[in-house]
Amino acid sequence: MVTIILFAPLIGAIIAGFGWKFIGEKGAQWTTTGLLFLAALLSWIVFLTLGEAHTVTLFRFIESGTLSTDWSIRVDRLTAIMLIVINTVSALVHLYSFGYMAHDPQFEHTPYRARFFAYLSLFTFAMLALVTSDNLVQMFFGWEGVGLASYLLIGFYYKKPSAGAAAIKAFVVNRVGDFGFALGIFGLFFLTDSIQFDNIFAAVPTIAETELHFLWTDWNAAELIAFLLFIGAMGKSAQLLLHTWLPDAMEGPTPVSALIHAATMVTAGVFLVCRMSPLMEFAPNATAFITFLGATTAFFAATIGLVQNDIKRVIAYSTCSQLGYMFVAAGVGVYPVAMFHLLTHAFFKAMLFLGAGSVIHAMHHEQDMRNYGNLRHKIPLTFWAMMIGTLAITGVGIPLTGWLGFAGFVSKDAVIESAWAGTSGGYAFWMLVIAALFTSFYSWRLMFMTFYGKARGDKHTHDHAHESPRVMTIPLGVLAIGAIFSGMVFYSSFFGNHDKVLSFFGMPAHHAEASEHGEEAAHGEETAMADTATGEGADEAAPAEASSEAAAEETATADTATEVGAEGTATADTATEEGAEGTVTADTAIEEGAEATAMADDAAGEDGNHAAPAAGLEYGAIYMAPDNTVMDDAHHAPVWVKLTPFVAMLIGFGVAYWFYIVNPTLPRKLAKQQRPLYLFLLNKWYFDEAYDFLFVRSAKGLGRFFWKRGDGGVIDGGINGLAMGIIPFFTKLAGRAQSGFIFTYAFAMVIGIVLLVTWMSISGGAH
Amino acid sequence: MDNLLSIVTFLPALAAAILALFLRGGDAAADRNAKWLAMIATTATFVISLFIFFQFDRSQTGFQMVEEGQWIMGLRYKMGVDGISVLFVMLTTFMMPLTILASWDVKSRVKEYVIAFLLLETLMLGVFMALDLVLFYLFFEAGLIPMFLIIGIWGGANRIYASFKFFLYTFLGSVLMLVAMVAMYADAGTTDIPTLLTHQFAFADFEVLGIHIVGGMQTMLWLAFFASFAVKMPMWPVHTWLPDAHVQAPTAGSVVLAAILLKLGGYGFLRFSLPMFPVGSEVMAPLIFWMSAIAIVYTSLVALVQEDMKKLIAYSSVAHMGYVTMGIFTANQQGVDGAIFQMISHGFISGALFLCVGVIYDRMHTREIDAYGGLVNRMPAYALVFMFFTMANVGLPGTSGFVGEFLTLMGIFQVNTWVALFATSGVIFSAAYALWLYRRVVFGDLIKESLKTIQDMTPRERWIFAPLVVMTLWLGVYPSAALDITGPAVEALLDNYDTAIAAADLGGATVAEANH
Repeated sequence: MVTIILFAPLIGAIIAGFGWKFIGEKGAQWTTTGLLFLAALLSWIVFLTLGEAHTVTLFRFIESGTLSTDWSIRVDRLTAIMLIVINTVSALVHLYSFGYMAHDPQFEHTPYRARFFAYLSLFTFAMLALVTSDNLVQMFFGWEGVGLASYLLIGFYYKKPSAGAAAIKAFVVNRVGDFGFALGIFGLFFLTDSIQFDNIFAAVPTIAETELHFLWTDWNAAELIAFLLFIGAMGKSAQLLLHTWLPDAMEGPTPVSALIHAATMVTAGVFLVCRMSPLMEFAPNATAFITFLGATTAFFAATIGLVQNDIKRVIAYSTCSQLGYMFVAAGVGVYPVAMFHLLTHAFFKAMLFLGAGSVIHAMHHEQDMRNYGNLRHKIPLTFWAMMIGTLAITGVGIPLTGWLGFAGFVSKDAVIESAWAGTSGGYAFWMLVIAALFTSFYSWRLMFMTFYGKARGDKHTHDHAHESPRVMTIPLGVLAIGAIFSGMVFYSSFFGNHDKVLSFFGMPAHHAEASEHGEEAAHGEETAMADTATGEGADEAAPAEASSEAAAEETATADTATEVGAEGTATADTATEEGAEGTVTADTAIEEGAEATAMADDAAGEDGNHAAPAAGLEYGAIYMAPDNTVMDDAHHAPVWVKLTPFVAMLIGFGVAYWFYIVNPTLPRKLAKQQRPLYLFLLNKWYFDEAYDFLFVRSAKGLGRFFWKRGDGGVIDGGINGLAMGIIPFFTKLAGRAQSGFIFTYAFAMVIGIVLLVTWMSISGGAH
Repeated sequence: MDNLLSIVTFLPALAAAILALFLRGGDAAADRNAKWLAMIATTATFVISLFIFFQFDRSQTGFQMVEEGQWIMGLRYKMGVDGISVLFVMLTTFMMPLTILASWDVKSRVKEYVIAFLLLETLMLGVFMALDLVLFYLFFEAGLIPMFLIIGIWGGANRIYASFKFFLYTFLGSVLMLVAMVAMYADAGTTDIPTLLTHQFAFADFEVLGIHIVGGMQTMLWLAFFASFAVKMPMWPVHTWLPDAHVQAPTAGSVVLAAILLKLGGYGFLRFSLPMFPVGSEVMAPLIFWMSAIAIVYTSLVALVQEDMKKLIAYSSVAHMGYVTMGIFTANQQGVDGAIFQMISHGFISGALFLCVGVIYDRMHTREIDAYGGLVNRMPAYALVFMFFTMANVGLPGTSGFVGEFLTLMGIFQVNTWVALFATSGVIFSAAYALWLYRRVVFGDLIKESLKTIQDMTPRERWIFAPLVVMTLWLGVYPSAALDITGPAVEALLDNYDTAIAAADLGGATVAEANH
């Protein structure tokens, strides 16, 4: 079934891309959309019926020495979540595009719709390849594949120079991220001899104690690799420093923005961090950096969002900011919440974009909000959809219930509470709260400028503004359901209920004990894990084994898994010290099917030295270290922490209401009064200008220097100078060559060489 | 067939001889016959070479299908293929029919033109199959001449300058190689390559003119070969002949140059430098690494500012060959596998890119990037093909361009992370220059008057690209198709290499961490 999910979009893309001449543009649209709905349906089935994590191997990919890679499909909770996000949004966006792409003044006589749908489906395939990968190379394939699709779709309006520029920018900036990602992969292969997730995760405890020489000095391997991989995530998820491509990517058609640049591709970075959670858990400094950068991005992007006038750019910066939230959640170690916000954000942000698309469609491709106003009666369905989206993103709900509210309320508050717990109320927490305030402000500003007040701009356009066709409003309706309910429905599985979270992600239950017995138990557990020594471990091995054997039949419940994990440690110890007996234990453990046990076996098989630290990492779709209690701490956050985001939201709303409904001249006055600050924000902190100067111009300058001075001056000059004596001779020959002697010359040359060789080798032989 | 290799090698030469002796007249009919004969000969060569490919025993690491015999003046004729060379043979026979097909519109001196290409094919195939030092040298050097003629006669305005630059560079480099070969013969007493592969050349340090030479004789021999192969590659800083040669060469000439001739250097490194002079290689590897890293960054930056399409692609070729040299001397499985893979893949991709330039050059007679823009409006099929190969050139996973880059980088990371860092930055630069080129040529509105009537690709042109697209995708999705063949041979090579290094005991040098 997962094979069908993965390849349906690819088949659709191929049929639409190459076969549209035979089946017509309509046919291409229906084919791709139909296949996508099929994939979406199957994805939900997979999501709802997910049992044990499993892997489907398709065929071999790169094999070289000890490097061995397969094309394969890994299905676990993390993948399943991404499957429903990607395929649901993608199917709806396909449908929506029927209406949105129906007419386009850019393409008067050229067919373009089949191409558009083919690209959309191609993107979906690449994204699915990314999330279903069970190794880093296939992931990299998907990673760059979505980059390609993004490049093609941003540059879809190829006649516009700005679209071409934005497309290149997106690809190249992403490549900067990929550069880090690739180095991370090389590092992991160097350390573990594998790029399969399971092998890497098994080796993580060893990696964490390894020093890796990189560039000028030795680094802790886990920290370094986690950091390098995160650079990749920064590029794809448009985090600060590598964010500049995302706003420009709005050059693409709006459905593309909704699918790629809001719901799916940009969240790949978050997915990567969550996927690599076993590694991240062993890299406290790298994750601290992730938290810091995520929080800063959330704040920074929100400030820019405050003053933008292009409706799509506001939402783009909002996306950038929300991605920062997700990284904070992942950075403090609450990966389920990062995935939670990813899920809810996909629904409400896709809806906001599609809503914006509907507005743009109604306004004949006008995107400047200063030319909108008073549209709520003209396009009521779009208005209500946008309203729901805004309520969701700003986080409207009943405070202190935790779960009763719009999707964004539930997940964002979970992120903020996690940030509070993870940084003890530090920098990240406050950045996110301020960002929440700004989010509320710019979202309501967008609503007020678009749907309220007086109609501004071209009167004719306003008079002819019309509600979008059914194919566009239905996807909005479906997404609205997600934006309202996804938070409430999934609250307990992603955040609210400890045990449910663990079983949902197939994680072992060190946490259960941690929460039940308090910190002491967690400590004891940790010590047991870390303790490499002696008889204690060996003594424990037997009972642990017995109990886990007994419980093994009742599937892998959380408790069993703990035991098995503990046993893993003990096993390895035993193996080291007692040889044969320990190996037997390890073998029993394998039958239990827990991954860590396989690893313990590895450790036991190897020479004893490595066994101790390598033992007992027990992970599900996500790994949270036994001493990682941030999620539980977040549950017990004080009341003021839980109220803060709500208050921030209210303030943001109030200010926006004051600025754009009560006193609409105020913003302009303020902008005039605080002109430098306004310009600073309007020009996006001048990142583009700085990068243009630092990188683009200097690269070109350097290129020119190397070309003219290096190649032309030094190298050619030097070599030509040396040969100066010979060249006149050759030019004379050249003159003859031109006048028809070339063949004589050539054959003379052949004979010359033959004679030369013969003579040399013979004389060499005589010598 | 006992002499399969010789048949494949000399079939094109035979066709050339037939043309030279029997085809008379310079009218259109004669020209057409010449082209058809060349087409048939190269295609037949390819078909017969498939037998080599399918008879090749992948599990065996030595030379196969070996032919041996007496030759003139006491020299020996010996041919054979192994896991390292067989793919190059296939690349050559595969590319040549496409090259001829791409030359269908050549008007002047058609007979001589196809003769030059046919001879070139024989010589190139000979290089990859020769198992005797002298034979190798003959093929290797004589291969220059047809190329020299192709540029000098059918090239662009500045062809004489370019062809002499090309000739001087490569020929001067090979004089040193010749001296080294003489020395090798003197030392080992044979010119038989399989024997030389097992011969251990002296590596005791000595002093020349007061300079202490680590690795002694091996290092000296290594350097002599290096002089020749580095130019052929070409490596920075002896690369400047390539852009000029490419710019002046006719399209088909550029294709052969980029797709096959550039591989001779890399093949040489693999056949001679690395296995015969392991100590020399080990000593000189850091030099290669840094030259490669510089090549990747430097030529990528230079490519960024080119105004001539062919020059841009030529510089990009130099950068890609940087991955090859770097990969070879990492002396680990990923690096060497990757280097071979990169060479094969680059053969398809760069060949296709030069063909892409050829398509529009044939229509507009200019390679000036500024002369184009907005081609997608009138040439959608061309835009698609060009996009595909641009992405392959950039190393997008799923195309063959990715696998080679990825493996070589993975190889170098195990040896030297600084070099890995610089070389990996090439993935950023390549995206920048390739996509920028594409944007300027293909994207945008079609406003230039001269382009308003430009026609999309003809069926002939589409047929040239189709096999290249298939190969690029096939190797990108299923690289094992090539890696299975090179793998065992490379493994054996590296085993010997590691043994030799261990025996030499260089004491703390970067002794192969291949099998860490």
